[in-house]
Amino acid sequence: MTAQRHLTPGTGTAALRVVPTLPVMIRVQIAIRLFMVQSAWNYELLLGNGVGFCIEPALRLLPGGKGGPAYREALARESQYFNAHPYLAAVAVGALAKAELELAQPARIERFRTALCGPLGSVGDRLVWAGWLPFCSLLALAAYGLGAGPIAVLLLFLGLYNVGHVGLRAWGLSVGWRNGMRVAGALATPVLREGPAHLARAAALVAGIALPLALGRAIGPGRAVLGGVVLIVALMGTLAARLPVWLQGWRLALGVLAIWIAYSLATYTVAR
Amino acid sequence: MPNVPLVSLTVLGAVLGLDAVSFPQAMLSRPIVAATLGGAVVGDPLSGLLAGAALEFVALETLPVGASRYPEWGSASVVGGALIGSYGEASPGALSMTLFAAIATGWIGGWTMVQLRGLNAAMARRFRAGINAGSPNAVVGLQFAGLFADFLRGGALTLVSLIVFDPLMRAALGVWGASPRYSRAVAIAVAASVASGAVWKLFRGTANARWYLLGGLALGLVAMGVT
Repeated sequence: MTAQRHLTPGTGTAALRVVPTLPVMIRVQIAIRLFMVQSAWNYELLLGNGVGFCIEPALRLLPGGKGGPAYREALARESQYFNAHPYLAAVAVGALAKAELELAQPARIERFRTALCGPLGSVGDRLVWAGWLPFCSLLALAAYGLGAGPIAVLLLFLGLYNVGHVGLRAWGLSVGWRNGMRVAGALATPVLREGPAHLARAAALVAGIALPLALGRAIGPGRAVLGGVVLIVALMGTLAARLPVWLQGWRLALGVLAIWIAYSLATYTVAR
Repeated sequence: MPNVPLVSLTVLGAVLGLDAVSFPQAMLSRPIVAATLGGAVVGDPLSGLLAGAALEFVALETLPVGASRYPEWGSASVVGGALIGSYGEASPGALSMTLFAAIATGWIGGWTMVQLRGLNAAMARRFRAGINAGSPNAVVGLQFAGLFADFLRGGALTLVSLIVFDPLMRAALGVWGASPRYSRAVAIAVAASVASGAVWKLFRGTANARWYLLGGLALGLVAMGVT
């Protein structure tokens, strides 16, 4: 345990409060639980119960220990409605654990908790779902197109993606715990502000390389067929980009494949 | 089904279905991984990789954003990898049938995820008093109940899908009339068209990204010509 001096948030008066550093075992428990933060995702609490589940080991350090009044109040508070990107929920978990152990005012914790939802959701979606994931996926497709085997493709994709994934969760927990309710400043890091745009440009470059290469390998030898497919893909891709949101490409693909299968079966019947 | 280990595939589908949302979201559930593993279980990872790459094309369009509804690719791709691995990628129509089966399974999988979220909400209501009282049993119990339900969902989806699509695929491949070469080309063209549309939609909002895309495309076409 180490002592830290700070102002008790919300009181406006200087106060002393001993804030324990997180013991390694509790930090590890929280880190493992973060991988399960969405296990009970539902339309009522969204990630809320998951956040309470992840913070729970830290709350055992509250006065009265596990099961004490402070522990129960904090766990109930942290298990209410919450929404964020699952990886960046680590920031909230770290910061909220710190705030609870600092014995910050409950109303202030709740306001802080609510304020975290929006930024951690939108930044995570742009950085991970619209940036890092497509980038890694397209890189794996490029490796496939260049002739890599199953093990190489899987190792490349899973290795690269999870360096970013696990790193982001670890960084989030660390920065959240270090900054507590002052974590907003830490979220202004260039990685989160400018990273999505840089990633999108890199992914666009890789996409341009990967699509023809992967197409070439998947089709196999034969220039005439390949050239025809490239033209069709360019044309259909342009149309697919203009599809209304409700008519997603996978629905269209399912329909076209169904027609193609029906045609192929009919061809056999007619030939007989 | 020709020598397909249903139990192994069901467990794999359950684990990879779990990865999509519940645990650990390490993207083991992406088609390029899940279909390759499905193919590996039936002894043909290379065919699984082909189906995985084609399904990855399609999956580029769907971002797993929070409450949105999207196909569940983990279990679906295991089914796809197992089907194409069982019949062989060289079999006429195998890739077309595999993509159809996997995308349809992913669609149904997306529906089952919505049902699971409803079930989780019902369980949350049951646990509500305990959660509001700060009971660790309620909070931890709800979390593990959701995890277990998702595991069962993925396993059941995989098993049912294999039971339904394997005989359909066997029957269809027995009377497949189109040429093997064009069959494969059509399936890949459909998947790649979705991918090219998705790439455009993903990156068009970013400054200068279209130039990077065009530059990459030039490099890719040259590389394709060389290889």
